[in-house]
This record gives sequence, structure tokens and C-alpha cells, in this order.
Amino acid sequence: MIRLAHAIYGLLVFLLALPLWSQSGGELHFTIKSDPKTTNPLLVEDDSSEIVRYLTGGVLIRVNRKTQENQPELATSWKVTENGRRITFKLRQGIQFSDGSPFTSDDVVATITALMDPKLHSSTGDAFRAGSGKVLAQTQGKYAATVLFPQPIAGLERLFDQVAISPARMAGKADASTVLGPFMVTEQKAGEYVLLRRNPHYWKKDSAGHALPYLDAVRLYIMQNRDTELLRFRRGDIDVINNLSPDLYEQLHAQDASAARDLGPSAESEELWFNQVARSPLPEYKKAWFRSENFRRAISMSINRADLARVAFRGHATPSVGLLSPANKFWFDQSLKPQGYDPKGALELLQQDGFHKDGEVLKDKAGNAVVFSLITNSGNKPRERMGSLMQQDLAQIGIKLNFVPLDFPSIIERITRTFDYEACMLGLTNVDLDPDGQMNVWLSSSDLHQWNPAQKTPETPWEKNIDKLMHAQASTLDRNKRRAEFDKVQEIVAAENPMLYLVDKNALVAVSSRVKGADPVVLTPQTFWNVEYLSLNRN
Amino acid sequence: MKRVRWIAIGLLGLVFLGALGASFIAPASYEKQFREDPDHPPSRQYPLGTDDLGRDRLSRLLYGMRISLLLAPAAALIATLLAAIIGGAGAYAGGMWDQFTRAFIDLFLSLPWLFLLLTVRAVLPLNIPAVASVAITFVLLGTLGWAASARVVSAAVREMRNSEFVLQARAAGCGRWRLLFAHVLPNVRPILLAQFWISVPLFILTEANLGMLGLGVTEPLPSWGNLLRELENYSAFASSPWLWAPLVSLFVVVSLFQFALGEGEYA
Amino acid sequence: MTLRAIGRQLITIVLVALFGGLLGALLVRLAPGFGTHDEDLSTQLSAASRQAVHAQDEAERHVFTYYLHYLGGLVHGDFGYSRSLDRPISELLRDRAPETLRSIGTGVCGGWLLGLALALPATWKRSPAYSTLATLITGVFLCIPSAVLALLFLVVGSPGRIAIALIVFPKVFRFSRNLLLKTYAMPHILTAKARGLGGLRILCWHVFPNLAGPMLALAGVTVSMALGAAIPVEVVCDYPGIGQLAWKAALARDVPLLVNLTLIIAVITVVANSFADLLAPAATRDLI
Repeated sequence: MIRLAHAIYGLLVFLLALPLWSQSGGELHFTIKSDPKTTNPLLVEDDSSEIVRYLTGGVLIRVNRKTQENQPELATSWKVTENGRRITFKLRQGIQFSDGSPFTSDDVVATITALMDPKLHSSTGDAFRAGSGKVLAQTQGKYAATVLFPQPIAGLERLFDQVAISPARMAGKADASTVLGPFMVTEQKAGEYVLLRRNPHYWKKDSAGHALPYLDAVRLYIMQNRDTELLRFRRGDIDVINNLSPDLYEQLHAQDASAARDLGPSAESEELWFNQVARSPLPEYKKAWFRSENFRRAISMSINRADLARVAFRGHATPSVGLLSPANKFWFDQSLKPQGYDPKGALELLQQDGFHKDGEVLKDKAGNAVVFSLITNSGNKPRERMGSLMQQDLAQIGIKLNFVPLDFPSIIERITRTFDYEACMLGLTNVDLDPDGQMNVWLSSSDLHQWNPAQKTPETPWEKNIDKLMHAQASTLDRNKRRAEFDKVQEIVAAENPMLYLVDKNALVAVSSRVKGADPVVLTPQTFWNVEYLSLNRN
Repeated sequence: MKRVRWIAIGLLGLVFLGALGASFIAPASYEKQFREDPDHPPSRQYPLGTDDLGRDRLSRLLYGMRISLLLAPAAALIATLLAAIIGGAGAYAGGMWDQFTRAFIDLFLSLPWLFLLLTVRAVLPLNIPAVASVAITFVLLGTLGWAASARVVSAAVREMRNSEFVLQARAAGCGRWRLLFAHVLPNVRPILLAQFWISVPLFILTEANLGMLGLGVTEPLPSWGNLLRELENYSAFASSPWLWAPLVSLFVVVSLFQFALGEGEYA
Repeated sequence: MTLRAIGRQLITIVLVALFGGLLGALLVRLAPGFGTHDEDLSTQLSAASRQAVHAQDEAERHVFTYYLHYLGGLVHGDFGYSRSLDRPISELLRDRAPETLRSIGTGVCGGWLLGLALALPATWKRSPAYSTLATLITGVFLCIPSAVLALLFLVVGSPGRIAIALIVFPKVFRFSRNLLLKTYAMPHILTAKARGLGGLRILCWHVFPNLAGPMLALAGVTVSMALGAAIPVEVVCDYPGIGQLAWKAALARDVPLLVNLTLIIAVITVVANSFADLLAPAATRDLI
């Protein structure tokens, strides 16, 4: 009887595997915006290199892009001890690099030691650096390794999602040709494409025991023009597109509704902030406006966010609630309510600060007409539309908004060096779901505390409070406790409006019907996060 | 052919009048956002449809024409005058001066002026009135756009320098510089006119590209060039033919310029 | 043409190129955004690492010393290193030159074919209707932004670089039509016509030899025109050529790369124009 059951089970597996067999193979095509600057997984900074690293790198722990939980990869299990200072990995046994050489704890230790060299100036390494001091990585036999950090690191495990392990003999000088991930880089033609072939020694198997990945190869075309990208998608030269613009999404949807997918709010938001830097070259009365919480709140109230989402993003965005998007499942503060559109309330709030309407023009206590400029980077259509919409929204309460798109280097210069700007609108991508990754934004002493960077001591009580909460969330390992602290940060930010969060963009992707196994998610890399399970229908 | 020319001049005058009177003809304000009707196809209310923010396209086109039609020819005039003066004087002086002018023109043609424009934007205040910004932009275009024409002018003047009538005029005691401005330059007028009208569409299109640097027309003011740039969205090509209206009208105006300046006459 | 004239031309070329490079470097150095990097906004990098990124800017901060240093390298065939693309510039130029040569080739050849094809009938058959039509056609291509033109070709599935040909063509047409009209009016060709020679024979034996000089000169001018048009077209069509490189360099404020490109463009411009000056007989210059 048992034997019969086995036979039937075997037959079932065989039958199930059959369609998979027929699907496997093929070359998946999509685009990256520029040549990857590096194939060294430790030195990745730009998006293109990041994509290559995701496709080629074998990591100890993967943040599952769908569940947003840490899942074992090269490490079968791990343990965080010593109050978050030490992490110990148990490694998967008997697996090999793409060149057939065996994977052991030596490779892990060598990679991590190379990564933690401060002279490397790697953002992957810097993410682990909460303070000074040496990081110590050690083997514990052939299949276990331990890393000891000088300070505790909150949410330590997730950071290993970015650490692709290379062979010990190549430590520090590795490239993406000898890897533990599903693909390896085999050919690169500058300005044209990067070709990745299937790693024949990849360790993962599907539920039927068939070796992964199904695909033979992945070709990344280097293309900057999103219009032509869609054109080539329509022609069948390209199989998936991440991050479609709302306009192109609408266009694709009209032609081929099944290929266009709106996945709902992503972790990318659009926000604007006022320059509160004390030493900026702005006139004193303008500094006073921007430092007034009533003023900031009033502006926030007079922006019609629903219209921004509906008109600027053609409905493919959601009014923001706060500094996190609901796409961030664990950390998003459920208690926050979106800022409603209320120009009347805004005027009342402004009157408290002595602002008054003089005819159609809003003036401050001293009689200065309320005029300010908003800079943003040019070439982003929805952002430029938002500028025009807000211009009209603010005109309704008598404020003149001058909207000035600038090229990106000019923006960086203004917001990080000369501080010669009044308000700035940009979009931030939260690659890292954990609030610890945002330490640099919220600490008042940080250079990236955009509205008023590098303060010697916190200039306002609420910034002092945020500093305290950010340090508190970083000093405990209990996720729920950390969440409670960070909820408070989100609430302070919603009340004080140092950043006016406008909309959360929806994740818009295109997936060709040829691609089997696609399960796009809102986090990057949306369409191919499960690349090892994708296959192409040959016909 | 004379008749064609007069008709062209008459029509061009009408276009200018129409652009000047945009506020009377336009069905709506150029900045009014009918947010319930973005990307509306042409209808009774919106003769050319609406743009992505629900603004009436016809009104925007009329206002855009006004700005561009007033300023682009002014910039073209600056460029052509500079070309005539620099190119003409250099070639007329001859010898080392001629060599020097030509080298200067070549140098000018090959420099990355984009960065000068960026610097200008950085120097200007962010709250500059839209009209001032666009006027400055066109003046910049005029002062940077003379070099290509100057080469042509200098070639023509060089040839004329040694022609019989100039030698005769000089023999008759005509002053050197008076000769240049009174006799030589008027003789290269056809070239100057041709350079002038070629510059007009060129400047209209270039102004739109400078929007990326924060120069030129700023929101919500429309410009002809910015309306043309909407064609860069290729889905518009086939599905919304009314988007071609800015291009068609620019083509009509440029052709009128050609005929009015006698360009169509040669044959 | 004396040896001295050629010598003087060569000196001009070298001087213009040297000055061009220096002024190019100055313009970039003074523009806003010099020394900014995308890393300046990276929340993951530590402050020390962000500082480290800027270490390389120091060398470029003092333009004159930088330029002298660069020229010193150039003498030894070293073009410098592009920081934004992280590759030696000689390698970048070598990889990308074929693409741009192809674009310029298509642009110049296509522009000439089209221009001549329209200009020849205009001289054989002088009808006002035809000349009006020709004037209108050249007008169309002056009005369409080059990026839109390139996109149009991509949409119908043909290479976008044809757009360069259409940008070059109006110039070739205007020039060659006027030139042909002038040449056909020359006494010896009128004589040949009167002797009853065939149209093709007159064209090949009498007209073209007369035109060789000015046509070559025009070829020089069209090359530098096509080079200018290649920038927007390569950007729109994602052709990995020099034009796209120039655009990327400008966005990244990549001084070493921009200095090299300015130098190259200066040399091409001066050479093409000197060529025009040397070859074009004086009488035909005004038609360019």
C-alpha cells in the first residue's frame, strides 16, 4: 500500500514537474538605466550595480521581498547574542560557487572582514557601523561563523541581505563572475548590455527537486529612455519593467491591460520641506515663517493631496500619511490619519501667527507678502505636475509659489552646501524597511537631516525628542519595543511637519504574458525578486 | 512672387495681432486648472482639448505664441546683429584680424555653454518673476547664438572686400567703416535675413530645453517650445492628433517668415 | 595655398583647441553643482565615506594647475580618468566612437542624398510650385525638435539616427540648390547646352567638377552639424555614443571627461571650418 502511495506520489511529482521542464530555459530581458559602476558586491552604490548584485549574489540572510521577513539562504540559521553585538551563523553545507569551488566559513569571514575595512568606504559596510571600533569575524569550524560588533546594532540580521559572499581568495577584489547566487555575469558590453548566465552550481531546488534557476540567462539592456523601453516591451524585446511612470502605465494599460499591473502603495514617497537652516542666506522674516510649526502645518493643510494623487499620478498614488508608507508592513504607524485638505483651517492657523489677507495676497505680521520658491529636479513629469497643482492650491489662500525645476547637481549644491533655497521637493526611497536605516535622516546632528542639518545641539525640543527616541529604538533588540518608540517618532513628525509628506507612489510594473512564475511585489526589485523561479514560455 | 510676399507679410501680421490679443481670443485663462477634465479631447468647451492638468490647450497655445513670438525674433535679431558686426568687421579688417575672428568664432562654437546657463540660473534669485526669467533666457540665446551665422557673414564680406564696387567706393573717398556699414553689410542682407528666420524656430525650441535648467518660461506660464515638447510623449503621436497643433502652427509661422523675407523667391 | 598658410592654419587649430579645453574646464568649474555627487544624499554611507568621495574633487578645484597636469598627461597619450563612469577616458572614447561615427555617417550621407535629390530637379525644372514646396519641406524639419524626430523613427521601427540626416538635409538642399543654379548659369555650361549635350553629361562633365571644392567645404560643415545633432538623438535613442557620453558627463559635472570632449569638438569644428575656408572658392562662400 505504501509502495503504491509512493508510486502515485512520484508520478504526481513527475507530472507536475513536466510543465516546469518545458518552461525552463530562455533568456529573460529587462533594462537597467546605466552601466553598473562596479561588479564588486562590496562596493555597490548605484541602482544598476545593486540589481546585478541581487541577481548574482549569494547572501546569508535574505529579506523576503513579499513577506518582508528575514529568511535563511546560505545561513540555515543564526543567533543574535550579547545584546545585539554578536551574530552567529550556521552555514549550508555541501554547496559550491559557480566555478565549482566549495563554500565554507572561510569565505564568509573573508568577505565580512574585507567589507568592514573602514578604508573601503562601502555603503554596505557603513550600514553596520554604529560607531567606531573594530569588527571581528571568526570561523567556528567549517560551517559556522560568528561576527562581533563593537556596538549593538538594531535589526542587525536584515543588513546581511546586502552582503554577497565571495570566495575567500578574492576577498575585497571580487566580481560577479564567481558567485553563490542564481546567475553570474559572463559578458558586459559597455552602454549596451550585461549578460548573466545561469549558475550551474546554484544550490536552490524547487519543490519538485529540479535545479533552479529555470532561466538560462538574463540580459540587462542599458537604456535610459523609458518611452523606448515601453516600445521595446510592446515589441517583445523586453519581458518585464519595474517602476513604470504613471503615464506609461496608462498607455500600456490601454493597449494591453493584462501586462500592466498596479500593485498599490510602494515604499517610495514624495515630500517637500522648508529650509530651516539658521545660517542660510534667506531673509530673517522668511526664516521665521519656515521655523513656525503653524506655517508648515497650514501649508500642509492647503495642499490638496487627493488631487496630487489623482491628477499628477493619474490615480496611481495614495495621499501620504506620514514618514512611512503602508507598504512597510511592520513599522508603519497604523494610528496616523492623513492630513485633510482644509484651506479655511489653514488660514485660521496662519492668523494665529499674525498672517492676514490683504485683498488677494497673504501677508505676514510685518506686511511682507507671502511668496516662496519650491525647487525640485527637472525631468520628473509627475513631480512637475505636483508643483503646478500646489501652485494653484496655495494661490487660493493668497500665497505665491514660484516653482523652479533645476538639474540635480544644482539641487544637491543648494540643499547640502549653500542652503540657498526656500523649499525643496524630492522623492525618497526607503530601501531599508527598518527605521535604523533612517538614523541619518532623523538625528539632528546628521548631515542628512535635510531641513536643518548638522546641528551641534538640537535646536527645537521636538528634534531633541526625536533624537532621544531614535537612540532608544536602536538600543533594544525587542522589535515591538522598537516599534513603540518609532511610532512616537512618526507621530512627532506628523505633528511638527518638518517634512510634508505628499503622496506614496504606487508600484507600477509591466510583466509580459510570456513570463511564468511572476509574482510582482511593491519592494524592489518588484518583478524579479523571485528570479530563480521565473521562466519563459517559448511560444 | 511679390504678391506672395505681401500676402505672407499680411498673414504674419495677423498672427502677431492674434498673439498680442491672446487675452481676448483665448477661451480660458492659460493657468486655470479644470482638474476634473485632465487630458480631455477637443470639445465645444475646450477646442483643442486640455493638458495633463486640465488646462485649456488652445488658450495655452495662444499665450505661448505670444511670449515666444515676441521674444524669439528679438533674440534672433540680437544674434543676427552680433553676427553681422563680429563676422563682418573681422573679415572686413582682413589679415591677422580676419584670422583671429575666425578662430574666435570656432572657439565660441565649441564651448559647452550649457554651464554658463547653469551659472546664470544660480546667480539669479529663485523668486525671479516669470517674465524676467524668460526675457533673460532669450537675451542669452541671442548673445550665444550668433557664432554660426557669423561664419557665413564673414565669408561673404571677405569676398566683397576685394570686389570692384568696394574698391571704387574707397577710391571715391568713402571712409573705411562707413563703407562697411553703408555698403558692404547691406549687400549681405539676404544672408542675414536667411540666418534670421532660421534662428527663430531654433530659439523657440531651445528655450523649451532650457526649462530643464530652471531657465526660460516657468510654470504656469506656457511657451511654444514647452507645448512642442509634449510631443516627446510618443503615445500622443497617433492617438491625440490635436497635440500636433503647436507644431503645425509653428511650421505655418516659420513658412510665413520665409516667404515674407523673400526666401521663396530665388528660383 | 602656400605652406605658410597651412602652417598658420595648424597653429590656429592647436591654439583654439588648447583655449577651448581650458575655457571648457573653467565653465564647468564655475557652474553650480561642481563637486556634488549622488552619494551626498546617500543615507547609508557614513559621514567619513561621504567625505572620501569628495577627495577626488580637490585636484579639479584649481582649474589651471589641473589643466596643465592634464596637458602633461595628454602628451603621453593619457586622456585622464572619468570619475562618474569609473573608467579611463581613452577607453570610453574608443568604445563609443564607432557608434557616433555610424550616426554621423548616416546623418551626413543621408542628408546629402536627400538634399541633392531635391536640389537637382529644382535646377532642371524651374517651377515656382516646386521651389515653394521645397521651401516648405525644409521649413518642416526646422520646426520639429530633433528628439521628437528621433522618437518618430523609433516608433515606426527604424533607426532613430535617420533623424540626423533630416536635420542636416535642409542645409545641404539650400546650399546645393543655389550653387547648382549659379553653376548652370555659367557661360561655358550655357555653351555646352547650346551645343546640344545631354543633361547627364553636362552634370557629370561640367557641373560637378566645378562644384567639387565648395561641396567638400560643405561636407566639413555638415560633419560638425551632425555631431551637434548626435547629442539629443543619441540620448533619446539610447545609442552608446560620444553624444550620449557628453550628456552624461554634463549631468555628472565630470571635468576630465568634459575637457576631453570640448577639445575634440573644438578640433573637429576648426578642422571642418578651415577645410571649408581653404577649399571653397571665394565666390561660393556666401551661399553656405
